[in-house]
Amino acid sequence: MKISHIIGIIVIAIAIGIIASTAGDASVYTTFTKAEQMAKDGDDNQIHVVGKLQKNAQGQIVDMLYNPGIDPNHFEFSLVDTDNRMQKVVYNSPKPQDFERSEQIVIIGKMQGDHFQCNKILLKCPSKYQDGKLETTEHEAKTAKI
Amino acid sequence: MIHTTVGQLGHFFVILSFVTALVATLGYFLSALGKRKAAQAEPVREPQLAYAGEESAEQVRFGGKTAKRKSKPTTPEPPVRDDWRLLARWSFYLHATAIVGVSACLFYIIFNHYFEYHYAWSHSSRALPIKYMIACFWESQEGSFLLWLFWNAILGVILIRTSGSRWEAPMMTIFALVQAFLASMILGVVFGDTFKIGSTPFLLLREAMPDAPIFATDANFIPKDGNGLNPLLQNYWMVIHPPTLFLGFALTLVPFAFCIAGLWRNQPVEWIRPALPWTLFGALILGVGIMMGGYWAYETLNFGGYWNWDPVENAVYVPWLVMVGALHTMLIAKRSSTGLKSAVILTIATFLLVLYATFLTRSGILGNASVHSFTDLGLSGQLLIYLLVFVVLAVILAASKWKIIPSDEKEASVYTKEFWLFIGATILCLSAFQVIATTSIPVYNKIVELFGKVSNVALPTDQMAHYGKFQTWFFVAIASLTGIGQFMWWRKIGNKKWDALITPAILTLLVSAGIIAFGSLKNPTYMVLLVASVFALMTNGTILLGIIRGNYRLTGGAIAHIGMALMLIGILYSSGYSRVISLNNSGLMISKTDDFTKNDNRENKENVLLWLNQPEKMDKYQLTYRGQYVEVRDVPGYVPRNDVSVIEGDFHGIANRNIEKDGKLYHKKGDTLALYPENVHYGVEYREPSGKIFTLYPRLQVNERMGVVLSPDITHSLQRDIYTYVATAPDPMAEEQWEKTETYSVAIKDTFFLNDYVAILDDVIRANEVEGVEIGPSDAAVRARVRVLDKNGEHILNPAFIIKNRMVAHPAETSDELGVRIQLNEINPQTGKFTFAVNRTQRDYIVMKAFEKPLINVLWIGTLVVVLGFALATVRRYREFRLSQ
Repeated sequence: MKISHIIGIIVIAIAIGIIASTAGDASVYTTFTKAEQMAKDGDDNQIHVVGKLQKNAQGQIVDMLYNPGIDPNHFEFSLVDTDNRMQKVVYNSPKPQDFERSEQIVIIGKMQGDHFQCNKILLKCPSKYQDGKLETTEHEAKTAKI
Repeated sequence: MIHTTVGQLGHFFVILSFVTALVATLGYFLSALGKRKAAQAEPVREPQLAYAGEESAEQVRFGGKTAKRKSKPTTPEPPVRDDWRLLARWSFYLHATAIVGVSACLFYIIFNHYFEYHYAWSHSSRALPIKYMIACFWESQEGSFLLWLFWNAILGVILIRTSGSRWEAPMMTIFALVQAFLASMILGVVFGDTFKIGSTPFLLLREAMPDAPIFATDANFIPKDGNGLNPLLQNYWMVIHPPTLFLGFALTLVPFAFCIAGLWRNQPVEWIRPALPWTLFGALILGVGIMMGGYWAYETLNFGGYWNWDPVENAVYVPWLVMVGALHTMLIAKRSSTGLKSAVILTIATFLLVLYATFLTRSGILGNASVHSFTDLGLSGQLLIYLLVFVVLAVILAASKWKIIPSDEKEASVYTKEFWLFIGATILCLSAFQVIATTSIPVYNKIVELFGKVSNVALPTDQMAHYGKFQTWFFVAIASLTGIGQFMWWRKIGNKKWDALITPAILTLLVSAGIIAFGSLKNPTYMVLLVASVFALMTNGTILLGIIRGNYRLTGGAIAHIGMALMLIGILYSSGYSRVISLNNSGLMISKTDDFTKNDNRENKENVLLWLNQPEKMDKYQLTYRGQYVEVRDVPGYVPRNDVSVIEGDFHGIANRNIEKDGKLYHKKGDTLALYPENVHYGVEYREPSGKIFTLYPRLQVNERMGVVLSPDITHSLQRDIYTYVATAPDPMAEEQWEKTETYSVAIKDTFFLNDYVAILDDVIRANEVEGVEIGPSDAAVRARVRVLDKNGEHILNPAFIIKNRMVAHPAETSDELGVRIQLNEINPQTGKFTFAVNRTQRDYIVMKAFEKPLINVLWIGTLVVVLGFALATVRRYREFRLSQ
């Protein structure tokens, strides 16, 4: 067997390993119901859930608990997923500073008993990094007055 | 008045640049076709000839390797004038001028605050300092395309003048075609109602937002101010990082164009000599650009590091890895057909990967997967065509010319540099493949959707672990290979003798053992990475010492490899041994295992709350939150936030007191001064065990449009950086909320409760001075002395009670530390009781996180060493190219 063949076989083996590991480590976007099912089946993988924050008429987020005086590393909120299921979410870190401005967020973690234990929150603010029409109109109204 | 002229001029330049690029493409194409006919007859038969002739002599010298001829007789230039080339050349010059014109127009609009233009309105503002106006230019997609066009145009002009007539026509055909595609991205021409080509930066606001109600009433409305630059980008690195990165992108086109030209003209070997210095320079610039981005992230973003495996970062890292692989194969291409074939493939792949990266970051396909990709401008179709055209062109050309690349008769022996460099390039490519395989997950979803199915695969949740488990081992291999490869290159090893490596190997073991024992390295993976890095240092160091005395110009490779080894050591320590200082001392044990240091394991309580002026012991430091600060534009350092009052809606403020720094008076009380009103800095004082004190000022920015942005502050020292950021704090822009008044009537020496603290009224004494009130001979003033006890000691509050012109005044005394406002409201001489009105508020606090990053400076030093190595190699190869001409 020539050395080039051996090298070729090793390279192919590593490439297959890479693909297998990518498939194995990849997470999924899913819902709370599926996440619960996964937790029941003993599946320990973390998953992504896309959801909306519940806001009241004043635009404040309801069901949000953060009391840094008691525990700066405990933040609780409720999220409604794409199936309209509301779920308590616990995040063992300070409340992201931009949280109130967010509407749709992505949380990464897994179900743990009665709540979703979240390790990472991805915020998408309506205005951040884009010329969101929402903010645009607001700004227009303000400058027009001057 | 709306300034339409500059926009129209800019738009004209854009169209001119597009048309001239097309003309240049066509002209060079026809010129190259003519050339090719002349050159065709000769080079096709020559390779075999050269092989037969040189075979025997070369074999003896290089251990049974087939070699290719080194030089070829130059083709005599056809004496006829090449009109097509002349036309194309002048078109390209005109194109370059037009691109400069477009850039000048856009800068003019931004610098003059022409907010009637959408670009200026959405990316700039009056408050923005000039240095950041430059950053506005490339904040958006159009500007960054323009930057890319600009560099390509400059490189194109340089290449027309330096590459020689042999290469000009075929190579510049590729260049001009790329320019035509790029210029089309900023064309902004709309056909019908929906079909749009490109997005122009010269759009007026009323054209961008025709539905905004204001334009119905006043078509000539011009906003007074713009939206401003994203606060994250208001950083000096953002002024130099994008131009560097785009120069890197532009430089990947040069070897690609040489390679395509070489294949086209049936000269599959000759393109390497002119392309090599450009590849080296491209790898240098692209690498510097990537590291600048990393340093910006380290300074500005608060994820606690310089590399986050974000798809946007990966998208540039992958072409760089492949480019480095390509340059290694180019070094062996003259002697090895495998090397030559890989050089062709990798050079083409580098450029195509840059196009793929452009598609990923600009088409919006990453969506939720990345926090900092560009927004979709509706250019995804156009970008895809751009990518696919070059993929198809390059693949078809390479496939049809594959047979003209000569083959080796024998395979490379293990005792040749060709073998080891090829293995190194292979590992680099595997490493690139691993990163791109994962980064492309959002693309897989889209492809599945195209077939009508639903796929919702997400990126791995723990990216550090996912990439780390492969990349660590690839770099262990790469570090080891640099040592072996260099010894092979300089022929220290040969004839199956590895003796030369014994000394560096023994040194490696001794040094590594010392570091492992002394630095108590326990993780086996880290140990292996350390040994490999030290091995790279020792072997390349040996080579360096050997050749530097002979000719320092040849040391580029050894120096670049030493730099890489230093970078690996810096990464190993700063990431592997990053330590959280801000541990919650509430009795919770924090594990010291690696599970804790990696992944930022959030289960561990890593954030602490600091109340204003209340010291907390943390690690070996004593930390105190000292309050909020602002930056005054012409005063060094930071100024307490209460010392200035910000003028609403402006970036100016008024000094509330004299502003002095180090004994120098900068502003008198009442002066107007320029600030950065969006930024609040939180002073965190660190007291070291030695008593030395330093203060860090992590930043919080509140921007109405962008939201809240937190940035760390870092102190650098030789051994470690200390990195601190505020995770959360009460909204600094909110009005203080006072709770409803409570009153207490107490006698002297009585005790009462103030905001949950024990307070004692010590005394009430006559006062001769009260701030802000003039006390005349017929007036009277007293001050109470209220002592408040908290766990760190006492606070004294002195509310005053004044009778002036028969009027009673009782100014409030506020303590931010206690969150208390107190007034002495009544004095009752009969009962001897004093009545205090007390309001409580939320005490000021921050929740912060602090890390220690050991040896991170070794990473930056290593980067500079790599740059030096690349620079030396570039100069050397460019001289060789000039000499060969």
